[in-house]
Amino acid sequence: MNYSHFVLPFTIGLIVLLAYMLVRFGVWIYKLDSDDKQRILKNIFSIKSLQAIKEIFTESLLHRNIFKTNKVLGYMHMSLAFGWLLLIIGGHIQTWIFYDRLSNPIYIPIFFEYFVHNKAGMLFGEVLTFTMDLILLFILTGVALAYFKRFYSKLFGMKKTTNLKLGDKFALASLWLIFPLRLLAESTAASLHNTGGFLTQNFGNFISGLIPVSFFEPVFWWAYSISLGVFFLSLPFSRYMHIPTELLLIALRKWGVKSKETFDAFADVELHACSRCGICIDPCQMSSTGISKKTPASYFLKSVRDKETNSYDALNCLMCGRCEDKCPVGITTTNQRLAQRINLANERQGDFSYLKDLNYQIKTDVVYFAGCMSHLTPGITRSMIKIFRKAKVNYWFMDEDGSACCGRPQKLAGNLEAMKQLMDFNKKRIVESGAKTIVTSCPICYKVFSEDYKLEIEVLHHTQYLNRLVEQKLLPVQADSKKVVYHDPCELGRGAGIYDEPRKLLTHVATLVATKHEKQDSLCCGGSLGNLEIEAANRSLIAKDVVDELSKPNPDVIATACPLCKKTFIKVSSVQVLDIAELIAMSIPEKNEKSGERKKITVLQEELV
Amino acid sequence: MNKKVVVIGGGITGMEASVQLSALGYSVTILEKEGQLGGHLKDWTVLFPNLRKGNEIVSFLEHGLELQEVNIIYNSKINEIKKINKHYEIILDKQKSITADAILVATGFDLFDAHRKEEFGYGIYENVITSYDLEKIFAQKGEIKTPSGIKPKRIGFIHCVGSRDEKVNNHYCSNVCCVTGVKQAMELKTLIPDAEIFNFYMDMRMFDTHFEELYLESQKKYGINFIRGRLSEANETIDKRIVIKVEDTLTSRPLKMTVDMMVLLVGMEPSKGTKEIANLLNLKMRESGFLKPEDDHTMSNVSNMAGVFFAGTCSGPMSIKYTFTDARAAVTKINCFLKEYELQNRILVN
Ligand SMILES: Cc1cc2nc3c(=O)[nH]c(=O)nc-3n(C[C@H](O)[C@H](O)[C@H](O)COP(=O)(O)OP(=O)(O)OC[C@H]3O[C@@H](n4cnc5c(N)ncnc54)[C@H](O)[C@@H]3O)c2cc1C
Ligand code: SF4
Ligand code: SF4
Ligand code: SF4
Repeated sequence: MNYSHFVLPFTIGLIVLLAYMLVRFGVWIYKLDSDDKQRILKNIFSIKSLQAIKEIFTESLLHRNIFKTNKVLGYMHMSLAFGWLLLIIGGHIQTWIFYDRLSNPIYIPIFFEYFVHNKAGMLFGEVLTFTMDLILLFILTGVALAYFKRFYSKLFGMKKTTNLKLGDKFALASLWLIFPLRLLAESTAASLHNTGGFLTQNFGNFISGLIPVSFFEPVFWWAYSISLGVFFLSLPFSRYMHIPTELLLIALRKWGVKSKETFDAFADVELHACSRCGICIDPCQMSSTGISKKTPASYFLKSVRDKETNSYDALNCLMCGRCEDKCPVGITTTNQRLAQRINLANERQGDFSYLKDLNYQIKTDVVYFAGCMSHLTPGITRSMIKIFRKAKVNYWFMDEDGSACCGRPQKLAGNLEAMKQLMDFNKKRIVESGAKTIVTSCPICYKVFSEDYKLEIEVLHHTQYLNRLVEQKLLPVQADSKKVVYHDPCELGRGAGIYDEPRKLLTHVATLVATKHEKQDSLCCGGSLGNLEIEAANRSLIAKDVVDELSKPNPDVIATACPLCKKTFIKVSSVQVLDIAELIAMSIPEKNEKSGERKKITVLQEELV
Repeated sequence: MNKKVVVIGGGITGMEASVQLSALGYSVTILEKEGQLGGHLKDWTVLFPNLRKGNEIVSFLEHGLELQEVNIIYNSKINEIKKINKHYEIILDKQKSITADAILVATGFDLFDAHRKEEFGYGIYENVITSYDLEKIFAQKGEIKTPSGIKPKRIGFIHCVGSRDEKVNNHYCSNVCCVTGVKQAMELKTLIPDAEIFNFYMDMRMFDTHFEELYLESQKKYGINFIRGRLSEANETIDKRIVIKVEDTLTSRPLKMTVDMMVLLVGMEPSKGTKEIANLLNLKMRESGFLKPEDDHTMSNVSNMAGVFFAGTCSGPMSIKYTFTDARAAVTKINCFLKEYELQNRILVN
């Protein structure tokens, strides 16, 4: 006896789901641009695919990333995903051994205990039965935690859980029922045929004293099959679609497909791979300060999926990347937001006719591009000039007098055309100057110069450049006993991965003490150009929080490496706020300078004589 | 026994109110955190709108105090204020404490700290100074020189520094800086007749008696130039002159000018002392941080705490004339309160 009608809900559900997924994945891949398809072709039969499988295993099944954020939550996800897979594999092994053939109807491994009543003489029969029970127990503990989480989400270290829609409710209800029903079905079968393991046999014997098991056994098998079928059929309409989509996402990433700033099929895959786990909600300062509960990526991506985005929501985000850093699925949340900004931007043709009036014609080794923001913090530009002179660098202060913006603010606003005009203008000047290096004081400029300009020359943020000057002993600096904390600017840290040079530099001139939020975890100052909607008072609200945190170790100076962070902090800080460039300039021994100058003059006089 | 009033802050407001309260027969104590009275008035040599001397006002106030018996505690720091039944107990450091039947908060203003507008270069470029620094230069009575030590030929005044500026979260107008700019420009021109002086403003707020006349006079008789435009940034040349970049909003063209000295007309902010007292007493503040009366029309000087009143620039920017008026108005309210005439009773509840 290898068939019974009750297998139908499961079987139909599974076949429909697989067909649906095949079409869906096919369309996504078909819609990728030809470069991406080339990449996939090149990598699909390589080690990359094995790496993808490994990552699927660690992330989608073991949920290593969620584990990092929260152990209990990680265990819950792992027991469900990994446990289920083990159950399927175990079922297949049992089926292969018992029937002694590899191809069997797809429902047999799932309902093995229904069809097999006599395991006598079966190879590893008892070990397998025991193992299958153990796996089921493992899953059931996860399910119990899930029940619990619905009611006490605090235990999981998360303040808010995302809301559900209809498809979700069906999927969730069926998912919650699947394993308890499996337990009931297998236990009743065990009590009838004495084929169970430690869990199902004992539990079966126990319930046989409470209910008529021979009547209930088929009922439970039907219910189990229906819950599986409902889960499969509701999956495409529910948040659980993120599970298969994440598998594809991992594979695509391994095959070399990268996130872009415009919305493409890959972005759509990412969008649907979001599990709405809500891990990105707590780190979002727009949300934690109460300024805008709607900002976090979880909600924003939902509005994009539901085609309900509007430009206010798209623009009301700091683009700080804190959510991206924490997302266990690795969704590029800032690119997702940028893509919507680009879509929604009503491209106004900016008037850039003034650009041609600027006249730069200089040959130099180093181009110094301070950036618009640094022009509002002359303390920084003057320090850089002092340093260049002190280190006797042949430099050209490109935007000293009237400048064109680097283009990144336009990009962040979604206005690519304006960005391009500014980039073309600046790029021409940089190339014509013959410089080998461009140094900028602003992380915003740094990011666009290094990522979008495609310059042939070296692009450095001043912290990198100054670190090099100091380490090569081209710049005399003197340490003192000042205690400083360092604030990683978003665009320099998470945005460009520059964490070490600023810290090294600071240790040359002061005592650097640690704070609560370092490196990837650093907070946004609130001044971000990325948010085009936030009010000034709310910026200060965020800044105040951050300054309070930075002030905890009682530093003499809060050091940062971004003119915008500096300006934002100064408004609310009682502790002195300085850019690293200023600290370095201040630490150049004065005496040296004077005698150096005098020497220069004497030389000149000798020459005159 | 005389009822006791404690006045916190001994600027114009605190001094004038104390004199009047004492004249009405109350026992008055002034708590002043500094070593002398007068507040900001001490810093202004010549006053708008009529160019009279500042110390004439000081002696008027001091003479008033001499005629009355007012107890003054200098260098006082208030640690705590407790409300016990209908009285207040004010605890100073060194464990001293004073009781009060009524309190007048007269803690005044602080000047906007121009370092917070780094783009204007205060503290970075030698020849950028504030209106306060210029008053100090006037007070020295010597020849006028820039911080670099030269006689300035061209001077720029920048209006609205730290006021009406969303970027520093101060949305309000400081009332006194426009006319201070006119006054200081005229004083400078008198001292350096061949200097060119430019005032860069958003709009000229010449609302009070004799302000407009002063403004016209400064243009006709003194040849001061007024340019409508907001400073966007300033730079320093090699010879330490200041390059001013403004958008001339009347001709809508960017304008660039090099001056020997730039004067920032800094505005008013609620003083640190005001915020401290507001926190100790749980007083309501406006978004700007200035103290908020129970009703903007009918309850000026009346705080949300029974028996606590306030007057002067701790409640918003005002010139000396209004400071006097406000101090005297607060005295009337305190007097009524201590005679158990409650203004609050007149509020109709429906
Ligand atoms: C640049 C400038 C120029 C001006 N020029 C003129 C002019 O020419 N003509 C004119 O009419 N007006 C002028 N004004 C306005 C004038 O300065 C004010 O109207 C006046 O000073 C307000 O007096 P006040 O008592 O309210 O405050 P303040 O003068 O600020 O006095 C407050 C006093 O309270 C004390 N205090 C503060 N906190 C505490 C505390 N917690 N405990 C104890 N004591 C405390 C302070 O030490 C101070 O003594 C000018 C203002 C500015 C900004
Ligand atoms: S964006 Fe990432 S962190 Fe946020 S809900 Fe989606 S999967 Fe979770
Ligand atoms: S980028 Fe920053 S502000 Fe925007 S949603 Fe993410 S965490 Fe929040
Ligand atoms: S008084 Fe004049 S300078 Fe002062 S804030 Fe008002 S408008 Fe600006």
